[in-house]
Amino acid sequence: MAVKSDAEITFSQELLDHMETWREKPGNLIMILHKVQEEFGFIPREAAKKVAKIMNVPLAKIYGVITFYHYFKLNKPGKYNIQVCMGTACYLKGGEDILNELESVLGIGVNQVTTDGQFSIEAVRCVGACGLAPVLIVGEDVFGKLTKDRLPEILAKYQEK
Amino acid sequence: MAAFTNFILVCGGTACESSKSDKIYKNLMHECESQGVRDKVQVVKTGCFGFCEQGPIVKVLPEESFYVQVTPEDAKEIVSEHLVKGREVTRLLYDKAESKKRAQIDEMDFYQKQVRVVLRNCGVINPEDINEYLGRDGYVALEKALFEMKPDDIIEELKTAGLRGRGGAGFPTWMKWNFTKKVEDDQKYIVCNADEGDPGAYMDRSTLEGDPHSILEAMTIAGYTVGANFGYIYIRAEYPLAINRLKIAMNQAREYGLLGDNILDTGFNFDIEIRLGAGAFVCGEETALLRSIEGERGMPTPRPPFPATKGVFGQPTVINNVETWANIPIILMKGGEWFSKIGTEDSKGTKVFALTGKIRNSGLVEVPMGTTLREIVFDIGGGIPNGKEFKAVQTGGPSGGVITKDYLDTPIDYVHLQELGSIMGSGGMIVMDEDDCMVDVSKFYLGFTVDESCGKCAPCRVGGRTLYNILERITEGEGEMEDLDRIKSIAQATQKASLCGLGQTAPNPIISTITYFEDEYKAHIKDKRCPAGHCKKLITYHILPDKCIGCGLCARRCPTNAISGEIRQLHTIDQELCIKCGECYNVCKFDAVYVR
Ligand SMILES: Cc1cc2nc3c(=O)[nH]c(=O)nc-3n(C[C@H](O)[C@H](O)[C@H](O)COP(=O)(O)O)c2cc1C
Ligand code: SF4
Ligand code: FES
Repeated sequence: MAVKSDAEITFSQELLDHMETWREKPGNLIMILHKVQEEFGFIPREAAKKVAKIMNVPLAKIYGVITFYHYFKLNKPGKYNIQVCMGTACYLKGGEDILNELESVLGIGVNQVTTDGQFSIEAVRCVGACGLAPVLIVGEDVFGKLTKDRLPEILAKYQEK
Repeated sequence: MAAFTNFILVCGGTACESSKSDKIYKNLMHECESQGVRDKVQVVKTGCFGFCEQGPIVKVLPEESFYVQVTPEDAKEIVSEHLVKGREVTRLLYDKAESKKRAQIDEMDFYQKQVRVVLRNCGVINPEDINEYLGRDGYVALEKALFEMKPDDIIEELKTAGLRGRGGAGFPTWMKWNFTKKVEDDQKYIVCNADEGDPGAYMDRSTLEGDPHSILEAMTIAGYTVGANFGYIYIRAEYPLAINRLKIAMNQAREYGLLGDNILDTGFNFDIEIRLGAGAFVCGEETALLRSIEGERGMPTPRPPFPATKGVFGQPTVINNVETWANIPIILMKGGEWFSKIGTEDSKGTKVFALTGKIRNSGLVEVPMGTTLREIVFDIGGGIPNGKEFKAVQTGGPSGGVITKDYLDTPIDYVHLQELGSIMGSGGMIVMDEDDCMVDVSKFYLGFTVDESCGKCAPCRVGGRTLYNILERITEGEGEMEDLDRIKSIAQATQKASLCGLGQTAPNPIISTITYFEDEYKAHIKDKRCPAGHCKKLITYHILPDKCIGCGLCARRCPTNAISGEIRQLHTIDQELCIKCGECYNVCKFDAVYVR
């Protein structure tokens, strides 16, 4: 792997300000990592290193935290990250079939990205719309009461963009 | 300001928002403007009405017209017909047959048996406007606490009320507060547990989205009672709408002098900070949650010491669940006596349930403790859809168990649920019908707890995995009769020796399903058969000769070309090629395909 210097990754002013606001607060690490992920969509290695340096915490500690919590992503998701609900209500109403179908249509598994970088799949827990089960989310759009045959039409919406 | 003659309430809960309620809200505003009724009509975005199945929901006051499954395009008609001409839009009313009498909210079966204490403001006020909360006696309890009550009076009131924690364990709230109050320490903390981990439940989310101030008010009251000046709300990062509404509420409360320094000029200081969870179920467990607030990996620690004496950053901490908090202001306002009259001997007040799964009216329901399961499932929930048979209800999520048909008349409270081998849990209530396989359901829950185990202690880490593997074997037709005893002994060891509640309760769904559905386990093991027709390895698809008309649809749709037959002749399935995807079963219009 090529050696990259820390200088290669730039943090927005907003992120730097956020880190300053949280600097003195005890237990700030998770709140900072959330903001990093908000900015990059995942937590790039260089970003973790930069946080370690600015906040003066060991990189190992940062990785300990990132790997413990499922919410933090170590790899870049697709342009459209498709979240399939695997909560109980969705599971009972066929969420697993939706997930399997999606995997076979896109040719990738959970937490993988299509080669064109367009889509990734994530299995999530209840998203709080159980009345609409089974549910799938793309970005801000929620698709409820899903059936397998609606998947191509949903994917097509994003493919063109 | 002009006096409004009509109010339009648009549900802004998560489920309705996902079905474009935001667009409906904007269109309604726009239509009111362009049709010239803007100064007579106020459009308000509220929290969840609870009737999620029929969302998005729009209610018009004072007529109480309850419009369901509204689309953004309906906005124009609602304004032109109802608000301009004063005629209800019948086609959107919930009960069209009833429209003459008007489908009044309290006449609807869904709401009739409900009692709204926790959800008193949800779907009623605009959660983003503190004035609406104040208009519903908001912060009256805080004022009363600060000016008229001593800390001990408050604890006494909670004791009279008999409020028990709604996060799962049901510990008396007054006792927790009292422990923390009694510890001498300069620095104490208040924590709100909004990590809502049960996968299939969203009571806390709706409360926070619909009535955020009630939580802030309650935490401030607790701060005053136990002598704490700071609180944390630990909330799932997956709840952006709730987080945002909390932030708005906190800013408004600070502006109004109800949060921050010198609250209501009393010299009492109390402030709150939001901390985000990061998708670890175990962090709902209180000791793990405290570690997470400290910015660490969320691993549970042994209790004692309990958080009440040694909590966040080692300081005494009161930690309560969202729903527990939401009860506090109204208890202080109306009195512990009043509260204790709702519910049963052992369980006071109401409980909010997220009623989901195979149920006609999926949604949020709040009922007095002691309401029977039958009332919840059949009267409120409207029963099971598609003519299917009720099989069981799962309460307590991955830590709970099932309640079967024979026990539908059991009053729902802490003791009775425990007697049945389930728990109250946080309020997830999942209805299952004849198509749901009990072995598969317990495998689902166990899969969840295995994934979420923090791995700190072996009984949970290894025991859970071993149990999961056994269940997997059984659902694949590889089980043996000895497995049942194996399950029981591993389950017992895991329950006894795990450090935290996650491991201790992880085997509950299996134990409970084996107790009530042993035959179903045996059918999988001995007959290699899944009675519910769910487990793929144990079922085969067949075509009924007397129903098949030979349309050929199934053959065209079968992904492996396993179905053959001439047009207008009986079709057959080649079992060697069949991958059991169920496509033929789903597409056949003549019910000619069946599962065995
Ligand atoms: C594995 C596990 C998960 C839990 N998840 C939650 C949760 O999501 N929300 C919650 O309020 N309590 C949860 N609890 C219970 C908390 O540990 C704690 O009992 C509760 O926050 C206390 O508040 P209460 O007395 O108001 O119920 C969980 C417990 C365990 C063992
Ligand atoms: S019981 Fe499970 S979740 Fe709890 S501490 Fe042990 S390994 Fe972690
Ligand atoms: S289980 Fe999928 S939204 Fe709740």
